[in-house]
Parts: sequence; structure tokens; C-alpha cells
Amino acid sequence: MTSSAPPPRGAIRMTGAQALLHGLMREGVDLVFGYPGGVLLPLYDALHDSPIRHILVRHEQGAAHAADGYARATGKVGVCIATSGPGATNLVTGIATAYMDSIPLVAITGQVNTFAIGKDSFQEADITGITLPITKHNYLLKDAADLPSVVQEAFYIARTGRPGPVLIDLPRDVTVGTVEVDWDELTVQLRGYRPTTRGNTKMIRRVADELLTARRPVLYVGGGIIRANAAQELTMLAHMLHIPVTATLMGKGAFPETDPLFLGVLGMHGTAYANLAVDQADLLVCIGARFDDRVTGDVKRFAPHARIVHVDVDPAEIGKVMHTEVPVVGDAKMVISEIIQELAPRSDAFPDNSAWVAQTDAWKIAHPLMWNLDPDRFCEKQCGEREKPEKCGSTRCHGKHGTIKAPAVVHEIWKATEGQAIVATDVGQHQMWAMQYYLVHEPHHFVSSAGLGTMGFGLPAAIGAQLGNPDHEVWCISGDGSLQMNSQELATAVIHKLPIRIALLNNGCLGMVRQWQKMFFGQRYSQVGLDVGTPDFVKLAEAYGAAAIRVIDQADVSAAIAQARSITDRPVLIDFLCDAEENVLPMIPAGKSVADMILE
Amino acid sequence: MTLELLDSTMKHTISVLVENRPGVLARTAGLFSRRGFNIDSLAVSTTEDPNTSRMTIVVDGPASILEQISKQLYKLIDVIKVMDHTEDDVVTRELALFKVYTADAAKRAEMMQIIDIFRAKIVDLGDKTIIVEATGGCEKIDALEHLLEGYGIKEMVRSGRVVLVRGTKTT
Repeated sequence: MTSSAPPPRGAIRMTGAQALLHGLMREGVDLVFGYPGGVLLPLYDALHDSPIRHILVRHEQGAAHAADGYARATGKVGVCIATSGPGATNLVTGIATAYMDSIPLVAITGQVNTFAIGKDSFQEADITGITLPITKHNYLLKDAADLPSVVQEAFYIARTGRPGPVLIDLPRDVTVGTVEVDWDELTVQLRGYRPTTRGNTKMIRRVADELLTARRPVLYVGGGIIRANAAQELTMLAHMLHIPVTATLMGKGAFPETDPLFLGVLGMHGTAYANLAVDQADLLVCIGARFDDRVTGDVKRFAPHARIVHVDVDPAEIGKVMHTEVPVVGDAKMVISEIIQELAPRSDAFPDNSAWVAQTDAWKIAHPLMWNLDPDRFCEKQCGEREKPEKCGSTRCHGKHGTIKAPAVVHEIWKATEGQAIVATDVGQHQMWAMQYYLVHEPHHFVSSAGLGTMGFGLPAAIGAQLGNPDHEVWCISGDGSLQMNSQELATAVIHKLPIRIALLNNGCLGMVRQWQKMFFGQRYSQVGLDVGTPDFVKLAEAYGAAAIRVIDQADVSAAIAQARSITDRPVLIDFLCDAEENVLPMIPAGKSVADMILE
Repeated sequence: MTLELLDSTMKHTISVLVENRPGVLARTAGLFSRRGFNIDSLAVSTTEDPNTSRMTIVVDGPASILEQISKQLYKLIDVIKVMDHTEDDVVTRELALFKVYTADAAKRAEMMQIIDIFRAKIVDLGDKTIIVEATGGCEKIDALEHLLEGYGIKEMVRSGRVVLVRGTKTT
């Protein structure tokens, strides 16, 4: 509820469309992303008189991702609107993206008139049927009278418990129908939905016991920390007992990444030291994460020496993948606070974890992420042959497309922005480099499609993040494959004068697929080249009215970043021509374990 | 280990109390298919409360799968309660209709006897076929089906298992 929505006294009469907008305002919504269409005309007519700001995207998928990016970067519920049929189906990828990453989203779709449903009417699609497995819940509203309570329920379901997307399908005649309701009398009554928030007292005590007896504990944290606003509590717990912390891709920002106790992200492209620590741990405390296959690899060989404590708000996650010694169902913020309270009076029994932390520090020194230590190491021979790099013979200088080292670009952006920017990424190699080298300090600063791995997410998500944080610096780190999946949203960013800095790590190919074909398919490169027929990205950006810079030389990277940061009235695209041969390392191949980790 | 082996061959009957709303069957059935759980039978009806429906679902699999099924079902907003009846003292019933060929008059009397023994009844009598109605536990229906097969079953339909827990305990 915001002050901008004065609650009306007693029952008031309005149309379904007005009731929807009124309901949105009562939920604190002041910004929606959408695209109109035939059946939505009554809603868009009502929107014309509404204080709610509507961002007109260029494709409905962009609306869903923008609402998602807004939600990730603000912690609020994102809202997107699309018309019936193709409009609604265009939201599907965005809804599935939000569902996989537990992002609170309310999607509103138009539907044909109730009497026309099921008749294969123009622009009819069974969107509630289509989105059944990718929404936390969905509604097909058939009576305008239900609208106020459904809107309230939808937001309640989207943001509580394990958050997720909720879809409301709104037939045209429902939007023109009449609603008469006393909004103040509305209450959410869902007998089938009562999320657990407090941890079981007995289990909390057992977690404390485990933490006090472990010799090699590791905290493994995910997006649940960010969704529950539990970052402060997590930091307190880690420092209280001096426990190393590793995060998932979704958990970036849950713990300050420059903290000495932080091990980096774990899993397939995680740091060697995070994976080694988990491999050697005798206690793995998982909070708000779900043992995804990109984290565990071979489950049987994941954390083989560790007892498992699993804290999650969703009971179905506990025991889904790993056998768990201590299950705790509850809200991460509340459970961590309860663990801290349980530990506080037992300070005499606090273990000395310094030897274990020293061991993890030794791994950090033995297996560093290359570009962190020496950002100038773009050619290990330091040959200076930038014009014709093939002369130097270094394996690191054989890029056909360009010569710039993409990981070093991310590192330069991180240095220039002092790790304070909100970074949205697309999916692929650039995403993994952003994960490895853009170290964030706070929650809501790293916006990336982790579970579904949706290419085309980055730019619209950055738009949502920027609109949700108008005064904050926002970067979109993307690749030439991903960017072309939703490049039309450059128009949206230009129209709203959003100073998003798009770092295009352009290697002329689908880098991650190329990497797998190189490593696992005998370098038989099949359908990964994008260099032929790729647009001139500088011209493309300029055609939309954005600023654009092309960088072909590593030496010009930091100047280009500085130049981009000086532009504040429109988006700027920096086209970094990168080495196509660069691989994301370290890597634990799919289904393998830390023993199979590829370091060089 | 032995327990697991025994467990793996077990069929579990669960009752799922759901909101009586459109789409709730699709949500529940869809969950089973996309999570890879097998449904042996499924029966749905309203209950003593018109706002509530009961689904009786027979599933095949080990106890660990059953736990996941239960947890995933609870995530559906329209699911109010999930009860596993593996350990319960329950009354189990199933209804079956068999359409059997009776062209061979000599065998008809013999068939009548079988139907009688199973306390089933003939609900349709035609020139060439009869329809037999039987209710009971699943083993009984299985046994009757097996015996009637000898005369030639033209068509059959089974309702799926329904259960209620005995005594004052709720299902």
C-alpha cells in the first residue's frame, strides 16, 4: 500500500478495467511494462487516466523481462501486461524465466470475451493452460466481481513464501463489466496457501549444534537470501563463527564478494577454491539455494564428506536432490536470526575455524581467477603485437574476430564502477565472466537469468532495473548472440532516456556453444558462427538513437568505459571486438565432479 | 535396503482435498506428468462440503517419491490437504463394469454362478452381451476380470480406487 492510493470509504462502483488499476495501486504499483492489443482496449483506455506509468516495450517478451529485472533490482513485484493470443504467448519465456528464479511477477493478459472462449476466436490462446507449469498460480477471471480479491491474492501469492510469477487472464467483457466493492473489507483467504516462515525450534538448535561441532563448515547461499532480505543476517552469521561463504549465480550479492570469507560462486564455472572447499567440507549449510545441477554436477560426488543442513522456504526443495541431515523450512531472514539467537549464548563453545579458513585462503592463492590477479595479462607473453596478434604465437592471442579479452573487459568495468553498478547480463560466456569478475557488494545488484538461462534477457532486464533505480548506474553485459534476441528494446531505452551502458562482448560466435563443441565435440563447430551477417552494432545502436563506441584494441578498453559513463541521457553500446577462442574457465563438465575440474 | 526394495514395489493411495474450482484437475494431473510421477488411478468427486473436491490417487513408487509428490501437491494453491493412506486402516472400493459376450448359451449359467459368487450383478441383458457391475477392493475386481476374460470381455471400465479412513479419523 502506498500513500499515492487513498483508500476509498465504503463500496464504490467502477469498471473491471478501473478496478484492476485501482487494485494495482493498492499494491503499490506505480510502473508497469506492456503492449496493448484488441481485447485490452478498455484497459488501456482506463490506463490513460491512471497515474500508473506504463512503459511501452517493443515486444511482449521485453515486457516480461523488464518487469522481472525491475523486481530483481528493487525487491518489489514486477508487473507486465500483454494482449490475448500472441501477446500472451510472447510473455511465456519471460514468465518461465521468473518462475525458475523465484521472482515475484504479476502478468496480466487480455483474453477474448467469456462467451467466445473455447470457440477458437481471433487472437484466442489458452494462456492459463499454457502457463500452468510455469506460474506459481494463475487465474482466468470470468466475473468482474472477483477482480478486486483476485488482484490482491495474486500479489500476495507472488511475493510471499517462495516468490514467483502469477498470471491473471482478463476476458474483454470482464474489463468492461461493473464492480462494486468495499476495498477496505478485502482480505486474502487462501486455506490452501500458508507459507511457513519461522524455523522449527528443535531444528534451529540442531543447526547450531552442527555449526559448533563442524571442523570444515561452508555456507552455500542462493537467491533465497536476496528474496528474503537476509543479507545482513547472513553476514552476521558468517562473521560470528568465521565460516567461508560460497554463493550461487542467483546468490550474487547475498554476501559481500570482496569479503575475505567469500569464496566466489560455486559450480560448473565457479571458482576452483569454492568447489574445493565444498568438496572438502564436513558441513554444508545451504540457505535459499536448491542444489541445481549446474552447482552439483554429479550429485553422488558433490560434497562427499559433508553433512547437509538445508534451509528453504519451500519444503519441496528439501530432499529433492540431496539427502539432508537437518531440514529447516522457513524464511531465510527469520531462520538465520533464530540461528544467531541460538548461538549467541553459546559463545564459549564457538569453534576455531581459522585453520580451515587458512586452507581456503591457500586454495585462493593456488588457483586464482586469472584476470583478477593481473588484468593486463591479455597476452601472457606481453608481446605488444596488438595489430597482428597471431605473430606472438601465444595461445591466448589467436582470436579471428577480435583480440580483446572479454574477461578483462568485465574486470575493467568493475574497476571503473567500483563494483557499485547494477549489472544485468544475458546468457552465455559473457554471463559467466560477469559472474566471475563483476564482484557485487549488495543484494539486488546482479540481475541474470540463472535457472532458465534465457538469452535475450539482459537488455530488457536492464531497462527494468534502471527504471526501478533511476539514479543508479546500470550496466548490461551481453554477447552478440543474446543481444540480437531482444535488440528491439534499444528503442524503449532510448525513448525513456535510460543511460544503460551496454557492454557487448562481441566475439562473432555463440561462444558457450563453441566452447562445448571445442571441448567435447572435437572442434566440429556446428552453427555457432555469427560473424557472417551480423549487423554493425554501432550503426544499429545509432539507428535507434543510442550512443555507440567500437573498441578493437585492449588498450582502449578503459577509455571507452569512461566515455560511456560520461553519457547520461541515453543508452550507450560499446562494441568490444573480442577474441573468439577465449574459454570460460575453470570448468567442471556437466555431470562431473571437482576431480574433473578443468583449470587451464 | 530391504525396506527400500519392498517399498519400491508398493502402490500408495493418497487423498488430495482441493478447492472445487475449474482447472484444479488439470493443475494436479499436470503436476504428476511434468514431475514424472506415475498415476495408477485417479478418482475425483465433490465432498460433503460443496466448495471442496476430493481426489483419490493411486501412485506407484518408493516412499521418497511419495514425499516429493506430497510436497509438490502442497505447492498448488488450490490444494488444501494431502493424506497418505499407506499406514491407515481404510475402506477401499472400486466400481467396474464389464461387457461380456453371452452368445454361447451353454456358458451363460456358468458365468451367472461366477457373478453370484463375486456378489456382482447383471445390469444389462442383451442378445449377445451382458453388462456386469461389480464393486469391491481392487483384488476382487482383478480376480473377477480374470475369470470373465475366459468368456470374452468386449469392453470394460473401472472407476479407480476410492477410500475412506475407518473410524473418526478424517480422510
